[in-house]
Amino acid sequence: MSDPNTTLSTLIKLNDLAGGLFLLTAFGLVAMRQVLASLNLFILQSLLLAASAFFVGYQHGSVHLYTVAVITLVTKSLLIPWLLRRTIGEEIYARREILQVLNIPTSLLIAVGIAIFAFFLSSPLLSASGKPFVKFNLPIGIAGLFLGAYAVMVRREAVPQVIGILSMENGAFFSTVAISPDLPLIAELAAAFDVLIIAFVMGLLTRRIHQRVGTTAVGQMASLKEE
Amino acid sequence: MANRIIFNVFQVLVVMVFAPLIKGILNRIKENIQSKRGPSIIQPYRDIWKLFHKDEVISEQSSWIFQATPYVVFVTPIFVTLLIPVLTRYPLFFAFMGDMLGGGFILALGGFFATLAAVDTANPYGPMGASRTRMVGFLAEPVFMIVFFTVSFVAGSTIPYIVHKHWVTPLANFFEPSHVLLMLAFLMLIIAEGGRIPVDNPSGHFELAMIDESKGLEYSGKAAALMKWGGAMKFFVLLCIFLNVLLTPWGLAEGETVGEVVLAIPLVLVKMLLFILVLAVIECSLAKLRLFRITEFLGAAFITSVAAMVTHLLET
Repeated sequence: MSDPNTTLSTLIKLNDLAGGLFLLTAFGLVAMRQVLASLNLFILQSLLLAASAFFVGYQHGSVHLYTVAVITLVTKSLLIPWLLRRTIGEEIYARREILQVLNIPTSLLIAVGIAIFAFFLSSPLLSASGKPFVKFNLPIGIAGLFLGAYAVMVRREAVPQVIGILSMENGAFFSTVAISPDLPLIAELAAAFDVLIIAFVMGLLTRRIHQRVGTTAVGQMASLKEE
Repeated sequence: MANRIIFNVFQVLVVMVFAPLIKGILNRIKENIQSKRGPSIIQPYRDIWKLFHKDEVISEQSSWIFQATPYVVFVTPIFVTLLIPVLTRYPLFFAFMGDMLGGGFILALGGFFATLAAVDTANPYGPMGASRTRMVGFLAEPVFMIVFFTVSFVAGSTIPYIVHKHWVTPLANFFEPSHVLLMLAFLMLIIAEGGRIPVDNPSGHFELAMIDESKGLEYSGKAAALMKWGGAMKFFVLLCIFLNVLLTPWGLAEGETVGEVVLAIPLVLVKMLLFILVLAVIECSLAKLRLFRITEFLGAAFITSVAAMVTHLLET
């Protein structure tokens, strides 16, 4: 493994593997029926993001990316799930099916379309950059971003929507780690805490909605009126 | 050349002899995990032996399809065995006749005849199982196609002997995302096609919930034995394709001596045993899906295979 070329190709393979599984979890977040399974998938996705940041960081010898990996690990796979469980636990452990606008096979097919659209969108950008990891991370990151947004649209309940927004952020980060290996640390920290606060605020908001209305099925709240 | 013909016939014999054993071990492990004692691992042999000595009853209303089907179901896995690597790393005498797509078509032929025979008897449960099998089948078909296309994309061929070399030369190829995703998709396909638990319950005795089993309800005696044996061989062949071509292309015979080919038998069986252990854990930890949830299961397999293809396009 001392040969730099073999190391690079192995790292690229491992990073690609993390990327492929990242894409799969993004699809899973669109299709999972249970809230708890969605949250677990989100944790897995964050772990894969951290792994990718670690691989890219190892290649560039970049301390910043190691920090990104550690921050992701701590905030997204530990703190945010903990926060969500603390604030809206009863919603997360509720063993019922998430309401959806479309049925799941249809929404998966649309998700495939979105992923392919993301790849077409990123292909002109790829020619601008010669870095080895960008070729893989940028399209997958954009696809993750879009699929997160799609999950927010298609899910009709607050908690899966929160998870969708957080996974959008994951997607954005996934492409960032490859594009700019020397992102200033302050930006990373800001982003990480931003997400944490977002999760906290949304969790509290959802909790209030749940206390007031008794449900978080936001799709059914179109006719909510003041009394 | 004579060697390769002999090995080819030997390979068929190995599949015929060990297919019920694998089924027996799988049943035993499953029962053990559920803290029951379970049947002996040679129970499938005993069943087949017993059925061969029983009288056969054939409905007067049925046509020749009903009588021909057990032979078709029994022979199709044998034909596929001639094409795929079961024991050897190099192609044997008959392997030129078809690639993985060809093998898939031959297996599908057996399924097609089993479906026709189920409809033929007009037993109320038969057509129900037949239509359900078709539902699973046509949902699994696009996944099969995309898996094969992706394999041919990545490895540059659909011939199994070229494909399984590609994954391990160099070893880094093994960790290609498209390979890993393909393995996941194919695992789901094996579960669907083999009638294993999230899709179908192979040990259930409730006719209304059956998918795969209810097709053979009308058979008795020798025909039932052939159907059972053929089913076990089909599962064995699917495992061979999955393990020897996609998942773990190690442990196969390199040379053309008899010793190496015989040595490959225990190695292949050990691989199968490990995989069966995983399969038994999957089966014991999941519940059977409701019928219309199967679309979602196979939809997930479809997504996985499409993701495999797309990630491969990104890499190149």
